[in-house]
Amino acid sequence: MAQRDFIRLVFASISSHRLRSGLTALGIAIGIAAVVLLTSLGAGLREFVLAEFSQFGTRIIGINPGRTMTHGTPVGLFGSSRPITIEDALALETVPGVESVMTYSGGNAEVEGPDRSRRTMVHGVGSAMPEVFKMAVQSGSFLPPEDPRTARSFAVLGSKLRRELFPDGSALGARVRVGGERYRVIGVLEPKGEMLGLDLDDGIFIPTARAQALFNRDGLMEIDIIYGEKTAVVEVVKNVKRAMIARHGQEDFTLTTQEQMIDVMGNILNVLTFAVGALGGISLLVGAVGVLTIMTIAVGERASEIGLFRALGASQRQILALFLAEATVLASVGGVAGLALGSGGAALLHALVPAVPVDTPWSYAVLALVVAGGVGILAGILPARRAARLDPVEALRAE
Amino acid sequence: MIELSNITRHFQVGDQEVRALDGVDLHIPAGDYVSVMGPSGSGKSTLLNMLGLLDRPTGGTYLLEGRDVTTLDEHEQAQTRRERIGFVFQAFHLVPYLTAKENIELPLVLGGVAPEERQKRVATALEELGISNRGDHRPEELSGGQRQRVAIARATVTHPAILLADEPTGNLDRRSTADVMERLERLWRGGLTLIVVTHDPEIGNRARRCVRMVDGRIESDEPGRAPE
Ligand SMILES: Nc1ncnc2c1ncn2[C@@H]1O[C@H](COP(=O)(O)OP(=O)(O)O)[C@@H](O)[C@H]1O
Ligand SMILES: [Mg+2]
Repeated sequence: MAQRDFIRLVFASISSHRLRSGLTALGIAIGIAAVVLLTSLGAGLREFVLAEFSQFGTRIIGINPGRTMTHGTPVGLFGSSRPITIEDALALETVPGVESVMTYSGGNAEVEGPDRSRRTMVHGVGSAMPEVFKMAVQSGSFLPPEDPRTARSFAVLGSKLRRELFPDGSALGARVRVGGERYRVIGVLEPKGEMLGLDLDDGIFIPTARAQALFNRDGLMEIDIIYGEKTAVVEVVKNVKRAMIARHGQEDFTLTTQEQMIDVMGNILNVLTFAVGALGGISLLVGAVGVLTIMTIAVGERASEIGLFRALGASQRQILALFLAEATVLASVGGVAGLALGSGGAALLHALVPAVPVDTPWSYAVLALVVAGGVGILAGILPARRAARLDPVEALRAE
Repeated sequence: MIELSNITRHFQVGDQEVRALDGVDLHIPAGDYVSVMGPSGSGKSTLLNMLGLLDRPTGGTYLLEGRDVTTLDEHEQAQTRRERIGFVFQAFHLVPYLTAKENIELPLVLGGVAPEERQKRVATALEELGISNRGDHRPEELSGGQRQRVAIARATVTHPAILLADEPTGNLDRRSTADVMERLERLWRGGLTLIVVTHDPEIGNRARRCVRMVDGRIESDEPGRAPE
């Protein structure tokens, strides 16, 4: 049979059973739409989170106290880790490859302005913070570079805190109290927005040593290092690690590179996307069972037609091909419709609720289509084989 | 052309063996016109399906145009059906979603005949059966007689050697019956070997040769009236 005639015959048959064909395709369409919509949400979330992370730049290495056992290496005795200190940070400044070092310690405290007060985040930071976290000063200046151990009582306000405490005037030069202690405001930051739910603009930035005193802490929560653009991470990590071990006598700290973190995050979110995609896959499976069921019923109903085709000289292989093609066409049509439905739905969702991040990964969409076609072939093979194996005499007798 | 020797066809129904054909010997030369009559269940349809290679005998040999066709594989049998044999059924068996033309064209399509050639043959077949003005109608828009004419056109569009008709007038009124029989006989006069199963003696007796079956056996094989 010529290919063109074959295709015409398949489409004639499909379009003659409109309702049945429509329902079959719909089953697949819903499955594909679910996969596309869910993976769009998953991928959107992934993009969103990664963007949140990388807004800080990617050349950061974080050092935290304590050792997390990521490689199953046993750590020293429990509780034997020493706090990391401002002295550690000062020592790291001379390590090759390190560009700048920032200390961090923070917490919640009451901040009092001239007439208002507000409980907010207090960030104890070093003078390198704007550079490390890619934050810019709007007016005034940031904390000056000076010996962090004896830093003066200067404070820099986040833009939102500035609005809250000084609703109608400049804050520069004003005095605020943080946890009862007096500070002079020397700068206000540009708005930066939220990062994973933490409003960076609603906070106050003071020298690390002062924050430690305020919260009564021995050690730092974190040291952040920026390394040079042309430096290899592994080199810097090696150097920093060696320097820290030399000071602490053991590896009682954890290094995390931003790169690593983004990698890990990305992987987790990929798995998440895949998982929700698989969830949508279940409805695709249901659609496949639908194709199987409806095609099986169709073979029963069209038995006499199959018998006739055989009597007219169609071979078993031709019958098999016709039914298989029908299932595949229906599934593929369903797949295209589902793709439109799913990506349209995702776009609509984003238009209605802009906060919902969506991103239709086209690789997934193409995959969904291939899968739909494959599902059609798989779900169609059993009924098609049944059709091909029908005894033509029996089939002709069926009404 | 057709040579059946000791053909049997047994069906296993539960633990009973039904002998639909029970040792049939039959020789039909090319161009013959044979009617097969007999009571219901005597094996007429089974015989016809056997002749048309839709069914395989349990035993015996079947030579078609000198070739033992019982040993052909499924694919070769399909090809033989397509090229040498035409079927006409009591229930017409037109494909409901294809027009009359497309129905007639179907065996040519299955055989991979080129479109231009198909067009020509379908037009000729439509004309021969007097349904040229019905080509674009679907089966549901045709009367019983017209449907059977479409079916006859479809069965003969491939220029087969044998036309097998199983109760071709069973669903038709008197007038259509006469019309359909005349059409079939005209094709026979054109050289086709015609075999008609019927339980209607009036139709059966028109043949050149009347075979009577009882219980899966040929009881009698006598000359009929034979049309001019
Ligand atoms: N597939 C089958 N299974 C069991 N018995 C069958 C089958 N086909 C035909 N028969 C039996 O074979 C006999 C002949 O059937 P058939 O050739 O259809 O008779 P006719 O066409 O003369 O009425 C009947 O008894 C029928 O019941
Ligand atoms: Mg019968």
